[in-house]
Amino acid sequence: MQDICEQYKDFSTRKLFFIVLLVVVLFGVVLIALSQGASSVGFFESFKALFRQKTGLAHAIVWELRLPRIVMAILVGCGLALAGSVFQAILRNPLASPYTLGIASSSGFGAVVAIIFSGSYYSQYLIAGSAFFFALLASLLILGIAKFKSATPETMILAGIAIMFLFSSLSSLLQYMGTVEEVHEIVFWFFGSLSKVGWKEIGVASVMILLPVPVMLRWSWDFNLLAAGDESAKALGVNVTRIRMCGVVFASLITAAAICFTGVIGFIGLVAPHIARMVIGGDHWFLLPASALIGGILVLAADTLGRTCWAPQIIPLGIVTSFIGVPFFFYLLMKKKREYW
Amino acid sequence: MLSVDGLFFGYKNTTILKNLEIELHQGEILSIVGPNGTGKTTLLKCITGIIKPNKGTVMIDGRDTSRMSRMAHAKCVGYVPQSSPSKFPITVFDAVLMGRRPYITWKPSEKDLETVADILKSMDLEDIALRDFDQLSGGQKQKVLLARAVAQDTDYLLLDEPTSNLDLKHQMEVLEMISSMVKTNSVAAMLAMHDLNLASRFSDRMVMLNAGEIFCSGEPQQVMTIENIRSVYGVEATISQANGHPYILPTGPAGHSGIKKCFSS
Repeated sequence: MQDICEQYKDFSTRKLFFIVLLVVVLFGVVLIALSQGASSVGFFESFKALFRQKTGLAHAIVWELRLPRIVMAILVGCGLALAGSVFQAILRNPLASPYTLGIASSSGFGAVVAIIFSGSYYSQYLIAGSAFFFALLASLLILGIAKFKSATPETMILAGIAIMFLFSSLSSLLQYMGTVEEVHEIVFWFFGSLSKVGWKEIGVASVMILLPVPVMLRWSWDFNLLAAGDESAKALGVNVTRIRMCGVVFASLITAAAICFTGVIGFIGLVAPHIARMVIGGDHWFLLPASALIGGILVLAADTLGRTCWAPQIIPLGIVTSFIGVPFFFYLLMKKKREYW
Repeated sequence: MLSVDGLFFGYKNTTILKNLEIELHQGEILSIVGPNGTGKTTLLKCITGIIKPNKGTVMIDGRDTSRMSRMAHAKCVGYVPQSSPSKFPITVFDAVLMGRRPYITWKPSEKDLETVADILKSMDLEDIALRDFDQLSGGQKQKVLLARAVAQDTDYLLLDEPTSNLDLKHQMEVLEMISSMVKTNSVAAMLAMHDLNLASRFSDRMVMLNAGEIFCSGEPQQVMTIENIRSVYGVEATISQANGHPYILPTGPAGHSGIKKCFSS
């Protein structure tokens, strides 16, 4: 019989191979996304524009329209999936997602406040800033409650649900008072869209999404241990309260950065970690990168589909992600024989 | 030597542990017995640092654990919980590898992997090394949790009801494993036990707790007496001897007239 150590290493190599495979797939989807669009800039033309041409219409379309959209889609997908994995680990709950702790509804409220009250100061940055601020406010509220009571997953999830209801009714109240145009804008924000992003937004979002990644990887062992229960984790030297608190802050930061420019994009943060887990298991050292890549692939694929399949109409991203995410998720759920939570 | 000195623990209005004094020596198995809710698990948690005692100290080889970092503490005391929740899939190998956490910074080293492989081999868990922890039977799970504590490579092992969900054969296997580990590696084990007969059979010393206080302690012969069991558990029992170990046969709740008659006088 083969040595167990070798078997385990083979097992790890297979996981690594899956991650490499995901990178390849992501690259493939990027190529497809780059060559598709409302204008007639096709496959080869778009590559020429990407690398050789410095001016011209094709160059502008690729560099100013398609590429930023692609990069942002990947960033948002990675961010949401990463945040989802972290939330599921620290709350030890497979139903947790970046939105579980009321973060989506509070950042939605932030956007609503900005849309209704900005008046003549209206700008995309104001909406994004306000959405970001309120997303973090929600996580700080959770932390406050956890600090005061106890940092158990149950306390946090219950507090999160309460916060979700608070902010969504506040949003409804403001919508009720708003004009038709404002309500339209709000609805659009809640659908999620990549139409308004440029390189500047990408710069801001990428810093906030990518900076915490090394920290998350450093904590991957602690996340693994949290899954084994708080007591086992503590007995193995993990500062459970600190890791949970810091995890909430970082994951909220990533979520806020991912959604503040694009609006609410649902489902990815819930489903990408599960897809990754079904394939490579629960070790966060591999799970975090794998689910981030799956998130990136899903969002990019959804956005590409949304803007091409019914062109020139663009189906809002948030809607498409659910349309392609749900059947895919069901498929995996049925195919996988064992119960895994 | 691990020593618990003047240990108190309680929540706001209730005191759970009162003034406990316990010593655990190298190469020794000590069982903590007592009725439900008497503080056995709480005591183990205080010693591993999962909860902080309100008063008193836990010293390990002369060092005060309250002054140690979590990781340093985790390198001294291993803990085997009663059960482990598993919401997410994890292989047996990874579950045991978790025991190496105090020694891991970014990724487990080659040595960590080898240690785990050796432990799995020695505990006969080789064949299920890459199986999902959640799909194992109760007995296998308990062995894996034990393997994790062994991987932690500590001088002291604390086990919370290691036999509670196991069938007879697994009870024996798990306790034999603990016993041989204690003897060969000269570590020390403290077991919270429900089954008095198993406790008596496998331990060098026993501590009987009642309502958070030490009722009596000593060798199994001294602790397993009709009087002790009557006053702590409220149960009438007969005590017999087998292979030098006392074992009890409960006959009924204490105070029951019919039984009392049999044993009085």
